[in-house]
Amino acid sequence: MRAATAVLSWALICATGWTAVAAADTPMPTPPRGKGEQCVEPTDVMRRDHMRFLTHQRDETMHRGIRTKKHSLVECLECHTRKDTQGKFLPVNAEGEFCDVCHDYSGVTMDCFECHATTPRQPKPASARFPAELGSDISFRLRIAP
Amino acid sequence: MPSNNAKSNMNTERRVFIGRAGAAAAMLTLAPGVRLVDLALARSADEPASDQMRWGMLVDATKCAQGCTECVDACNEEFGLEGMGRPKTDAQYIRKIDLKDKTTGKRYSLPVMCQHCETAPCVDVCPTGASFRRVDGIVLVDKHICIGCRYCMMACPFKARSFVHENLTNQVPEAPRGKGTVESCTFCVHRVDRDREPACVEACSKAGHEALVFGDMNDPGSRLSQRLRQLPNRQIRADLGLNTGVRYHGV
Repeated sequence: MRAATAVLSWALICATGWTAVAAADTPMPTPPRGKGEQCVEPTDVMRRDHMRFLTHQRDETMHRGIRTKKHSLVECLECHTRKDTQGKFLPVNAEGEFCDVCHDYSGVTMDCFECHATTPRQPKPASARFPAELGSDISFRLRIAP
Repeated sequence: MPSNNAKSNMNTERRVFIGRAGAAAAMLTLAPGVRLVDLALARSADEPASDQMRWGMLVDATKCAQGCTECVDACNEEFGLEGMGRPKTDAQYIRKIDLKDKTTGKRYSLPVMCQHCETAPCVDVCPTGASFRRVDGIVLVDKHICIGCRYCMMACPFKARSFVHENLTNQVPEAPRGKGTVESCTFCVHRVDRDREPACVEACSKAGHEALVFGDMNDPGSRLSQRLRQLPNRQIRADLGLNTGVRYHGV
């Protein structure tokens, strides 16, 4: 009986593959799918090296003015942000969104979004830009020098 | 197949020659100074900025309207700058200045922003190398390296730089900005790299004032260079010898 169980489980492993067995044992993060069929690099490469691509692109863009789209953080947002039911973009680092799922899982904090946008550009309501009482105060807008 | 190779080489050379001749013809046939094909052709996204260029701006104060804040508003919109209700420390990349000659009563109105100096004091004093001048003359802050010491703000004779005091949200994608870093006018480098004019220049033209001209100071055929040759103009605080990229006419 014991031999039969061993044979059966071996056959199961062969059929499903090691990864499936590992996945059954270990809870894996499942980030939401981005747009399109394939990311700019193979998925396993992106998982391991996305931060290196971003850092490299960051310096190239900042200091040399190279604006290729392939490894640009702005372009990441185009595919990896989702919209809520009202059609408003959800921040890519919000709970359950693309960046958060794996970073939360692996316990790695991101600094990117302290400065960088978390959604593609979306129109803001006019009132959010300048509070009314400031908008009418001409000295605030003109900054007249003393 | 040597003959084929020779033929294709010849064809390539022929094409290059015809292309050059066409460009030369376009340059020659038009009136002097008016060129169909600009020498500074738009570079592609994978090409780095070139040290053959120097971006600059001419502010024509005779055309700048008193009380008009189109350039300031456009800048705030482009970079997502929001007032925190504290005018003394709120971020400003460009501001309007009103001046009055006390003797004659003549009034001037002009915008002041980062002057994109050739020998920029902010770059000199920066302890980390965050403040730097790009090869095409645009002075920038690399906020990844900036530690927020604000030496550059002290060093700048034009009060062009701001410091972010608060945690920010809802930044715009092209203009990352965050607490603890210094920032200033970038000549809208994200637009310039894509062959567009800075937001303030565009807004000023749209409002019909045409007080701001942007272009390559090193290209004698650019609209900026032509205007700089035509109009008497000066640097503000020329005594400091900074060779600023922003020049003023009518001040």
